[in-house]
Amino acid sequence: MFVFESGNVAAATGVRLARVQVIAAYPITPQTPLTEKLSEYVDSGSFDAEYVAVESEHSALAVCIGASSTSARTFTATSANGLLYMAEQLHWTAGARLPMVMCVVNRAVGAPFNIWNDHQDSISQRDTGWIQIYAKDHQEILDTVIKAYRLSEEVCIPVMVCYDGYYLSHTYMPYDVPDQVAVDAFLPPYEYRHTLGPNNPTSLNTVTLPGGRPDIHGEFAPGYMELRHNLHMEMKQAIDIYTRIDGEFAEIIGRGGNPIAEKHLCDDAEYVAVALGSMANQIKDVVVRLRDDGLKVGLLALSLYRPFPSEFLAAELADRKGVIVFEKALSFGHSGTVCADLQAALYPCASRPPVWNYILGLGGRSYQSADFYDAIRDCVERGSAKFDNPGWIGLGR
Amino acid sequence: MEEKKTTVLNLTDEEFVYPGNRACTGCGLNILYRIGLKAIGRDAILVVPPSCLTVMQGLYPITSTQLSVLNVTFASTAAAASGVKAALRAQKNDHTQVVAWAGDGGTADIGIQALSGAIERGEDFLYICYDNEGYMNTGVQRSGTTPQGALTANTSINGKRERSKDVPAIVAAHSPAYVATCSAAYPMDFHDKIKKALSLKGLKYIHAHTPCPPGWAMEERMAVAIGRLAVSTGIYVLYEIEGGEMRLSEPSAKLLGKKKLPPVSEYLEAQGRFKALGKEAVEKLQQEVDAKWAAYRRQHDVALAARGPQS
Ligand SMILES: Cc1ncc(C[n+]2csc(CCOP(=O)(O)OP(=O)(O)O)c2C)c(N)n1
Ligand code: SF4
Repeated sequence: MFVFESGNVAAATGVRLARVQVIAAYPITPQTPLTEKLSEYVDSGSFDAEYVAVESEHSALAVCIGASSTSARTFTATSANGLLYMAEQLHWTAGARLPMVMCVVNRAVGAPFNIWNDHQDSISQRDTGWIQIYAKDHQEILDTVIKAYRLSEEVCIPVMVCYDGYYLSHTYMPYDVPDQVAVDAFLPPYEYRHTLGPNNPTSLNTVTLPGGRPDIHGEFAPGYMELRHNLHMEMKQAIDIYTRIDGEFAEIIGRGGNPIAEKHLCDDAEYVAVALGSMANQIKDVVVRLRDDGLKVGLLALSLYRPFPSEFLAAELADRKGVIVFEKALSFGHSGTVCADLQAALYPCASRPPVWNYILGLGGRSYQSADFYDAIRDCVERGSAKFDNPGWIGLGR
Repeated sequence: MEEKKTTVLNLTDEEFVYPGNRACTGCGLNILYRIGLKAIGRDAILVVPPSCLTVMQGLYPITSTQLSVLNVTFASTAAAASGVKAALRAQKNDHTQVVAWAGDGGTADIGIQALSGAIERGEDFLYICYDNEGYMNTGVQRSGTTPQGALTANTSINGKRERSKDVPAIVAAHSPAYVATCSAAYPMDFHDKIKKALSLKGLKYIHAHTPCPPGWAMEERMAVAIGRLAVSTGIYVLYEIEGGEMRLSEPSAKLLGKKKLPPVSEYLEAQGRFKALGKEAVEKLQQEVDAKWAAYRRQHDVALAARGPQS
């Protein structure tokens, strides 16, 4: 059924269709309408879930940690400083291997205080052990929330579904809502792997030594380092697992096919632009115009950021004449964060195209399609000669 | 009103804590944990933040506890317990008890926001704070409940300057279902208060005074004796609050009939941590304790008069 609704409502719809059992959240703009919607569903009785209105984000994720450990499908959502206030809990969730989905409605981080969109919040949390998927439009928000539960529960790693504040959270777009029967066929009930309770007493997250040691039966139990290694290896495997899950989603629901990235006019492109989130959508049209003007340009709209699809990107990009990365976050004193990761992925390749990097849109700073057009054209025509890397779009506006 | 009291004779001999855990010799928490779990029983999930209790539980993959325990971050005990409870509700499980068990640092200081939020939401679980009056796990630093004048690793010259936070009173101001104070020196009282708490719906809070030999600089064999001195000198008071009514518990209630209590200096001098307390400070503390008990006696007399001649 097609509806015309906001991105936040799309996320709430995904949560409901996923039959989430426990929701905990604390308000922060622009996430607020999402969790308000969920509390409305729960209060009106149209959605059978527990909604815990907590006193902070730290507690929101703590509720989710408790609930997920006790075998309930759980959800939370936040933005910016709320996400950072969860930092300790983010590591705890992933380290404890708890399945869970969180929407991060991307917003700039203070200080200075700013409520508009960029990606610094989630990107700065890339090393917490959470899977990070970025949605470009409302349909992707809804579908990704549902797919993310399958993925999270299969690999026992929590997933952030990130989408742009305002650009997606508060704008309206038409999108298709799958019916519950189809979603149920795709997403079975959460199968309990963590069994807290009287039947099988377990101590979770006890102090773990650097080295392994025998358990009471004399069998080797992993130490901290093995457990971290497992998380790393299983995170990497999540790329293939997510691709398979996306295929199953496509079979049942009838959509999907770009779990890692959507390629747009990429096949014969000499230059490829790379971007996350809603700006990738905007660049689609820009690429068409550049083609009209005779430049062989394509777009790779990256949706899976952690695990980082290095092999995929190397295979896609190593033989191009140039790659242009647009991003709304950076690692201060270094470069755009996605760009740095991408450069590392290309490093082992025999041929390595130049990678140009643009920072834009921080704290909601405006940008237009013309900015992408000019920036890409500049790279293609003048190469890196006259270019600070990263370049900045929109300073002084 | 008259509940059956548990004694060592009718206490269950089922054990829920394996012997040989990592607590220090003479640890008050060890007594509370062993007896407390007997009161809680098997059908329960414990939620525990970093503290001496985490260490007592053992190192992965070996644990000293025979119940399910979820270890959580320092600040989040009451919120994580809320999550466990929410999951049980979602599973229509109304029999498994959820018990949060944290130290005074994890309760009075870093965890107080989560605790306050959970009480305000009317969560249905038992929260136990064992109060060894300091951050013992990290090497005896001051906490919000460290008494004024006590020497700790970061108040090592003059002792703590500030008064201690009255956490049970803070909790009581939220009007939860039940508040009680206990002492590791009176484990059966603790046992029975847990039993009672678990029979009630809503958030129940038990605060247990917990002598700690290394933290309090006292001999290991003295933990129980010093815990008892705290109660008998009237410095630590055992009580329950239910439906807004405060009632002294037996070990404290019997002090009402005494004309004079042993001086608090007996309690203070038995520990090395109060060495920096001057005479004046001890006298002031004695006056405070006397004033507190004078008030209890007045309230008691009024209550007796109100009850009339029949008793
Ligand atoms: C966020 C955070 N800050 C600090 C610590 C270090 N830490 C671990 S236990 C502890 C003290 C615990 O004190 P308390 O709750 O009183 O329990 P006790 O050790 O006395 O049993 C501290 C400060 C931590 N684990 N997490
Ligand atoms: S430091 Fe104190 S509370 Fe901690 S285990 Fe030792 S005696 Fe017990």
